[in-house]
Amino acid sequence: MSKILENLRYSDSHEWVKVDGDIATIGISDYAQHALGNIVYVDMPEVGDEVEAGEDFGAVESVKAASDLVSPVSGEVVEINEALEDEPGLVNTDAFENWIIKVRLSDAAEVDALLDAAAYAKICEE
Amino acid sequence: MEENLVKTCLHDRHVKQGALMSPFGGFDMPIQYVGITEEHNAVRNHVGVFDVSHMGEVRVKGPDAYKYVSHIFVNDVTGAPDGQIFYGMMCYENGGTVDDLLVYKVNDEEYFLVINAANIAKDFEWIMKNSEGFNVEITNESDYYGEVAVQGPEAEAVLMKILGLPLNEIAFYNFKTFHIDGEDVIISRTGYTGEDGFEVYGSHEFTVRLWDKLMEAGVQACGLGCRDTLRFEVGLPLYGDELAADITPLEASLSMFVKLDKPEFIGKEALAQQKAEGVKRRIVGIELEGTAVPRHGYPVEVDGQVVGEITTGYKSISTGKSVAMAMINKPYDKLGTKVEVRIRKKTFPGTVVKKRFYDKNYKK
Repeated sequence: MSKILENLRYSDSHEWVKVDGDIATIGISDYAQHALGNIVYVDMPEVGDEVEAGEDFGAVESVKAASDLVSPVSGEVVEINEALEDEPGLVNTDAFENWIIKVRLSDAAEVDALLDAAAYAKICEE
Repeated sequence: MEENLVKTCLHDRHVKQGALMSPFGGFDMPIQYVGITEEHNAVRNHVGVFDVSHMGEVRVKGPDAYKYVSHIFVNDVTGAPDGQIFYGMMCYENGGTVDDLLVYKVNDEEYFLVINAANIAKDFEWIMKNSEGFNVEITNESDYYGEVAVQGPEAEAVLMKILGLPLNEIAFYNFKTFHIDGEDVIISRTGYTGEDGFEVYGSHEFTVRLWDKLMEAGVQACGLGCRDTLRFEVGLPLYGDELAADITPLEASLSMFVKLDKPEFIGKEALAQQKAEGVKRRIVGIELEGTAVPRHGYPVEVDGQVVGEITTGYKSISTGKSVAMAMINKPYDKLGTKVEVRIRKKTFPGTVVKKRFYDKNYKK
């Protein structure tokens, strides 16, 4: 069974968001890393790039396929997880511990529109 | 929507063993069991087994069998001993590729063709259409045969132990027919992984029994995912990627299998002309700096101009490098040419290299 953390918000494209003040930390869910299999590359934006809710901001690549990363929120990228450049497989080890980018929120209300853990769990069951 | 997918005789086993299933060439096939990387490494270092029952088998029999096979096949089977196997292509008149296939020579009046799953209907129609005027009997035996490929350095030992047969006597690209449990079973020293190994063709019942024994012996069940990573690393083409109706074997850098000195075969004229004029594009290898993964269809650029596209690409499991096969226009196909591969919004620098990223370990 995939792990779902209670205190996070989720998108239906399997990204998670953790909000701390105006900073949103974004990663992919345990369900997503499991479905992808061994992750061999994480394509991340650069610090200073603008991301927009619903738009691609990068990709996670398994051996077989590339899967787009869709930003659940809008804002400016303030940090990327550089550890993933050398060790993309960390996402498989723990998808919640190993976040991908941090974004300074431009519209905090976007977070409220995201799924809570219970609603996301339902999507994973389907 | 997937209702019409064909199930192989081993389908039950795949589902029971928890394989991830996916459509391939009209069949519902296992993509992976435990993971592409683990299965890939099992074949490179030990032994793995693939269900390849989706492959098509066509038997050609009759007094004109040699003449007919020579007519539809670009390689030359002349003078071959019985039991030898040839790799090659069937081509259209314009030199484009109908399919790539193996031709097993049973004897001068009987040949056994092994064709790609996705092309069975198209190939069989082509094979029948071009048999007019030849005294041959052609049968599509694809529904009868199950097939497994046992691949890896330990393949010979495992399979010999299970079957109790002198498989060590079968040379590379040769086969023997054995009578087992009341039926004829074809075993060849062939594969699609760059490792030593065997392909075994028998009835569905035989194939299931063999699969079960291989599982009991601890052989890793492998899906089509690692079949692709394995064949790719040793530069073997896949129809649909490096070969297609609009790609000739010469463009696919497979000219060693095209015997233009043969008196006649379909496509010879076009291919001879293409060889004389020189191909305008061909399949090469590309090694990328960094670890971004090039995929089928991604553009390859030089100075911002598109000069070709990726046909297959991976972060190689055996070497860890990001490498690809690509169809590149001349003169950018030259070894050492600096190119850029467009991956989503960015481009990544790479170099044209030989399309073999890992050395084959055949037992010849």
